[in-house]
Formats: sequence, C-alpha cells, structure tokens
Amino acid sequence: METLFFSIVAAIAILMSILVIRCKNPINSALSLIMTFFCLATLYVMLEAPFMAAIQVIVYAGAIMVLIVFVIMLLNIRTESGRRTQHALFLGAATGLFLLFQTWYFLSRSSLTGAKGAIDSAAIAKVGHTELIGQSLFTEFLLPFEITSILLLAAIVGAVVLAKKKV
Amino acid sequence: MAGADVIPDPMEITLVIAKIGLVLLVILTLAAYLVFAERRILAWIQDRKGPNRVGPFGLLQPLADLIKLLTKEDFCPPAGDRWLFFLAPAMAAIPAIMTFAIVPFGAPVRIFGRDLPMQVADLHVGLLLFMALSSIAVYGVALGGWASNSKYALLGSLRGLAQLISYELSMGLSLVPTVMLARSFRLSDIVAAQEGGWFILYQPMAFAIFLVSILAECKRIPFDLPEAEGELVAGFHTEYSGMRFGLFFVGEYINILVLGGLAATFFLGGWQGPLLPGLLWFWGKVLAFAFLFIWIRGTLPRLRYDQLMHLGWKVLTPMALVNILATAWWLYLAGSSPL
Amino acid sequence: MVSLHSYLILSAILFSIGTIGVLTRRNAIVIFMCIEMMLNAVNLTFIALSKYLGNLDGQIFVFFVMTVAAAEAAVGLALMIAFFKNRESIDVEDLNLMKW
Repeated sequence: METLFFSIVAAIAILMSILVIRCKNPINSALSLIMTFFCLATLYVMLEAPFMAAIQVIVYAGAIMVLIVFVIMLLNIRTESGRRTQHALFLGAATGLFLLFQTWYFLSRSSLTGAKGAIDSAAIAKVGHTELIGQSLFTEFLLPFEITSILLLAAIVGAVVLAKKKV
Repeated sequence: MAGADVIPDPMEITLVIAKIGLVLLVILTLAAYLVFAERRILAWIQDRKGPNRVGPFGLLQPLADLIKLLTKEDFCPPAGDRWLFFLAPAMAAIPAIMTFAIVPFGAPVRIFGRDLPMQVADLHVGLLLFMALSSIAVYGVALGGWASNSKYALLGSLRGLAQLISYELSMGLSLVPTVMLARSFRLSDIVAAQEGGWFILYQPMAFAIFLVSILAECKRIPFDLPEAEGELVAGFHTEYSGMRFGLFFVGEYINILVLGGLAATFFLGGWQGPLLPGLLWFWGKVLAFAFLFIWIRGTLPRLRYDQLMHLGWKVLTPMALVNILATAWWLYLAGSSPL
Repeated sequence: MVSLHSYLILSAILFSIGTIGVLTRRNAIVIFMCIEMMLNAVNLTFIALSKYLGNLDGQIFVFFVMTVAAAEAAVGLALMIAFFKNRESIDVEDLNLMKW
C-alpha cells in the first residue's frame, strides 16, 4: 500500500518536473513546479516529517513560487524567447543523464553507514515532530539559526536596493 | 503518521466520511445562504427591500441564482489560456473548503461507544496547514487574471496577489502569540487552552490584527481592490461567466465562513461557552463574524492602494512583531503557566 | 516500507532534470525555477536519510536550505526585474554586458 502510494507520488513528481523544463510558457512551468513541491511535501509526510511538509508548502509553494508567479505576471512574459542551439541542448541533456547514471551507479553499489540516532517513529509520536525540531534548532543549532536571520536581513536590504535603483 | 500498514476500523472510516460529507453540506449551504443574507442585510442597511420574491421572504433565492448561473454560457476569452482559465476558480475555492478539515466545530461526542471529535482531522501541525492552504489560495486569484488575458483582469490579479501576500504575513504573525499561549499547533489544544479564558482577553491586539488581516484575505470591502468595480470592472474575474464565476463568488463566502471559524477557534474559545451545546456556540460565533463582515461592507469605503500597502507593511506587521515580543516577555516573567 | 534507495533515486532523477533545465533553457526565470527544483531534490535526500538514520540534523539542514532559497528568491527576482527594466528581456543570452 505504502509502496504503491510512493510510486504514484513519485511518478507525478517526475512527470511534473519534466513539464517544468518542457513547457514553453513560464507560468505553466511555475505551476508544474508547484505540483512537484506538493509531491515532495507528501513524501515528507510519509517520511514522518509533518512539520517539514508544512514548511515546504508555506515557504516554497506559498512564498517563493508566489513571488515567481508575481514576477512573471508583472513582466508579462507569455512565451519563451526561443531555445538554445542544438549543441547546448545535446550537451545539457548529456550532462544531466550522466549525472543521473553516476548517482544511480554509486547508490546501487553503496550501503547506508553511519551511526544510528535515537529518533524513531515512537519518539516522534511521543514528543512530536515540531517539538523535536525546535529543541535541536534552539540548542545545538542556535548559532546557524541566528546567522540565518542576518542572511535574510541582507537579502531584504539587497532586494529593496536592487528594485529601487534606477538603472 | 504512526504505523505504516495499519488497517483502520471500517466503523472509523464510515464516521470520518460521514463527518466530511456533513461538513461539506453545511459549508456549501451556509455559503449559499450567506450570499442571500448579505443581500438582505445590505438592503436593510441601505433602507431597501432586497431580494424577497422567490419563495417565502425570498428564501429560495440561492436556488434561483444557482439555476441562473448553471444555465449561462460558459465563455472563455479566445486569447486566453484555456486550461488555466478553467483551473483557476477551482484553485480559489478548494483551499478554502479544505481548510475546514482542521477546524474543531463542536465538543467531542460519544457515539457508538467511542469518542468522536467534532473535527475532520486533528493534525499535529494544524495551524501550519491553515497557513499553507491560505497561501495556496493566492493562485486562484493570480491565475484567473492571468489566463483571461485582459488588462483589467491582469491588474486586478496583480493587486490581489500583492495584497494577499502582504496580509498573510501579518495574519501569520498575529497567530504566533496564540501558539505561544497554547504551546501547540494543534487546533484542539488551542481550543482546550482557552477553557479558563478566551485568548481575546489576553491578546486583544493580536485579535484586532487577525481580524483586519482576514478581512483583507477575503478581499472584502475595505480591501476589495482586486475586484474594485468602479476602477477595474470586476478585477480578476472580469472575464468569467456562469458557474465558474459562481465558484469564485461562493469561494469568497466559504472563505468568510472558514476564516470566521478560525478566528473563533483561535481567539474566542472555539466551541466553548456556557450553557448552550458546543455546536451552537461555534456556529453562532461563525455567523456573528459573517454578520460583522457584512456590516463592515455596508459601512466602510474602499482603501486606496498605497493606503492598503501602508497599513499592511508599516502598521499591522510591526504591531504584530511588537505583540510577539511583549507576549514572550510576559510568558518569561510570569513563569511556566501564565493562564 | 519504501526503501531508502527509492527516495534517493527519485531525488537523483529530480536533480538531473533540474540540471538539464538549467543547462538548456534560456529564460532566466525558468532557470531559477530549475535551481529551486535541484535544491528540493537535495532536501528530499536530507529528509529521507534523516529518517533512516534516526537523526534530525538533516531536517535542520533542510530548514536552512529553505531559508537560503527564500533569500535567493528575493534577491534573484529583484535582479531579474532590474534587468528587465534595462533590457526588456529576461533571456540569459542577452546578459552579455560583462563580456566582449
């Protein structure tokens, strides 16, 4: 049952991601990408990370993609300007397929090593996924978390400066 | 979330499906009658009669409207994007309906020897799901205007997009103190935490910010710039006709009901209240919110676009942030259990 | 139980499709979306490994990846708007101001 569900979701994700790079119209690409993000959120729920799934939808589908759609609408880009040359297409596809082959090859030859942690389904059900994330975010990873806020501030300032400047 | 291949009890599945059906039925009927109620109340405010011809007191008016919308021509602008044009109304209405899945709409009852929570899904991340779905609802507005390929529709949907993103921020931030007080994203926990006193007593400012933000999220009158009749004809749904327009329209009213229900859940104690049963309290609060929305529509003028952005970014969002800080300090100074 | 390998292979496929998109498209916004897709493929790897190793560190990393993606979106789209104001196009082939 779970495997079947995984296969369906994975198939939709792959189909939609192919549509992202195939669609001529950027807005259709954006919508396909949103569908891919939804499929990934579904997979996160299957991986017992409901908080991550919710954040995925809020941040990616609800913020980043809305911004992209907004920019597409603002600039009113209705069609693709044209494709790259045949050489670029061929080389790009070859690189991608090579990358895929390489990952597949090494994955099929490797096995999962590394120390097993203490967080399993029982722990998540008992404490709660959000609580566990919060605990490690505000203790172990406090410094990176604070640095992230500086990154976001820099991004805000940069975006405002770029958008306001007369070019 | 828990076990992978657990086969649930068939009784449980039946009850869940029954709940989903019941909620859908109630929500859709209420939304249809809310349209009627709005027309009657606005007429009463403006000293007119309102629709009173179809059936006793005009009570069959929603049915007549439905037949009218269903029999109209289903038109798509030739230069528009056909697929997106057909998809957009559904994308506007469905997230609003789905949000109701997490709203606890009554006290748990004992039925067939088991405790049945009056809520379709009591998710661990319920509040986050609400935020996620409300951010998805933006796409209906955006794509509706884009697919019509008309300048009024595009302007309306650009305005709508900017407005919804801006007010989503203040809405989310105004809910943070609620989560801090209840110490949970789960909506049933938030309701349970308000047993001693409704959160509106502890968080009047958060409630005010949330109320203004949900007015903007519903695109209701002081904030109805995306569809401003006087300047943009009808904004993002200018080109829509028939049932597709109807879906946008009903979606707006479903949104009012759902956001009213969530406002009741977050700040007014949900289904809790003295004497009367929980179901009545909850729906009473929802209808009170709906009446408030209609009343505001009958009273206030529309904001200008720069005023809208000013209010969202320079007033509500900073206020919400200050409120979060103040709540944090209060919780810190008051110790572990302030309520 | 879905095996870890299925998740990793899925994420590898998504990553490769993203790479192909970045290399073959000319529209800057579509390239940007393909980069987001690659980031997401990596996120899936992190979360899958985090589950199978019983350790939440991977999910914390996803959290930071999302923050970086959000910052990237803000700055990247502002750049695109500035570029469009200047050139009336967001085709990367027109981005040749720095080369001669």
